[in-house]
Amino acid sequence: MANVLAVCEQRGGALRKVSREAALAARLLADGLGGSVDAIVVGVPGVDAAGAKLGEVGADRVLVATHEGFAAYAPDGYAATIAAVAKGGGYAAVVVAATATGKDLAPRLAAQLDAPLAMDVTALAVEDGKVVATRPIYAGKAIQHVVLEAGTVVVAIRPNTFTAGTGAQAHGGTVLAAQAVAAAARVVVREVKASEKGALDVAEAAVVVSGGRGMKGPEHFALIEGLAEAFGNAAVGASRAVVDAGWRPHSEQVGQTGKTVSPQLYIAVGISGAIQHLAGMRTAKVIVAINKDKDAPIFKVADYGIVGDAFEIVPKLTEEVRKIRAG
Amino acid sequence: MKIAVCIKRVPDTETRIRIAGAGIDETGVKFILNPYDEFAVEEALQRKEKAGAGEVVVICLGGEVAQETMRTALAMGVDRGVLLKADAIPADGLAVAKALAVELKDGGYDLVLFGKMAVDDYNHQTGVMVGELLGLPVISAIVKLEIEGGKVVAEREIEGGVEVVECALPAVLTCEKGLNSPRYPALKGIMAAKKKPIEIKPAQLGAVALTVKTLTSPPERKEGRIVGEGAGAVAELVRLLQQEAKVL
Repeated sequence: MANVLAVCEQRGGALRKVSREAALAARLLADGLGGSVDAIVVGVPGVDAAGAKLGEVGADRVLVATHEGFAAYAPDGYAATIAAVAKGGGYAAVVVAATATGKDLAPRLAAQLDAPLAMDVTALAVEDGKVVATRPIYAGKAIQHVVLEAGTVVVAIRPNTFTAGTGAQAHGGTVLAAQAVAAAARVVVREVKASEKGALDVAEAAVVVSGGRGMKGPEHFALIEGLAEAFGNAAVGASRAVVDAGWRPHSEQVGQTGKTVSPQLYIAVGISGAIQHLAGMRTAKVIVAINKDKDAPIFKVADYGIVGDAFEIVPKLTEEVRKIRAG
Repeated sequence: MKIAVCIKRVPDTETRIRIAGAGIDETGVKFILNPYDEFAVEEALQRKEKAGAGEVVVICLGGEVAQETMRTALAMGVDRGVLLKADAIPADGLAVAKALAVELKDGGYDLVLFGKMAVDDYNHQTGVMVGELLGLPVISAIVKLEIEGGKVVAEREIEGGVEVVECALPAVLTCEKGLNSPRYPALKGIMAAKKKPIEIKPAQLGAVALTVKTLTSPPERKEGRIVGEGAGAVAELVRLLQQEAKVL
């Protein structure tokens, strides 16, 4: 058997975008291995409504494992449940999205399955029946191609990278119940505090607007936030310099000691482009740089650059984007 | 409180990476204590200081040369080190986790700390795996930590929020930037570190099921262009984003 199990992520019963991406990546592997794709959704009873939509994204079967204790992410219970399903189903590969939850869950699964784990994968292939994963290391300064050889392997895919794929129409996606394992909860998520804006995470957003030292002070980040808001689907990012200065939270930092992002559009405002920042965003599809220094290294990687004062350019750009989005 | 901190020697984040075979050319590369491990070392030292007693041990898997990195931790205030000697560090995180678990298993540690990941291989898995292998509670990527009467309350960032997570000691925690501000080793600490013991033993690595086939350079981005200067260039930028790049 060479079937692949895609682990879907839901919050409050709503499937997260990365779930579809995990299913698409699983489909890629299943096609190469000659197997089918099962998707698993773990949550509280009633989460099935989310599961039903999964068939549309390329899963042949959708397994739903529910338990009263699974309202928030339950690390031990989720891992035990998915590991039991993976073992019982003899899957050749388990695909997880490398989100905050996935980065915690995937190593647990790998340890429990005694399986190798490739983290933060941006491309997948099957060569000679083996899973080959491509993953940026040194924050994207080098690309590693690894071969995983085991009865079951685990791959955690980088959000926003497995977005294209087919199989949606061909697969009906039967929804089945799976056994939840209420493992002794050694770790309990007591509370989930939503951030003030319920903001989109910089690692998952399709558009990222980042600000650097050129913004001159934390109070001017309202301009960055305004531009992000104009796009509607954008997250705010920051350079290490401004995070270290305390202007912005670390959760927004893009770069080698922050997050590595691959959005459709990355706008760097007042960021000179230190090597460790470039490493974190160079896989963006389109990069725009706004900087007053025409020799700033950021312009070397930017598809489009504007030289000048961010305090004049950003408001104008915000206005234009708003107009377009308003139709 | 007896605390273990697992650390790694990695190339400086500012360093340029030159590819050599399936690895990198280390000539002229400056190596440092993995930045996330600095948060783990700092946290361990603060916990020991707060408790007023205890021991902090760094455990490092790597070559003889990693002792230099371990001395950095010793200079910060760690009591002693254990080097799990391996000629090469496998790319397979589980193989590494197994070697660390062997060392930690009967160490009697109340707390085992890791950086959330190493900035070289980006594996982002070893700490959590070690916890699972030891059957201990694990909380990963913590930005806030309180320990009171054997109970751990930690916070970890998730997309659009923060999870408040609890477990009991002994536990394994992996540290995210923001948890604390690591101290710089003082001269006195650096001198003292030279005399602190580092025990060297062979790493009992697990079987390797993940190997590096090739290492390549990232695709070069094609030469971009300066659209113009000042706010007057915005209209042209917007046109290009809509019509050429098709992202707007």
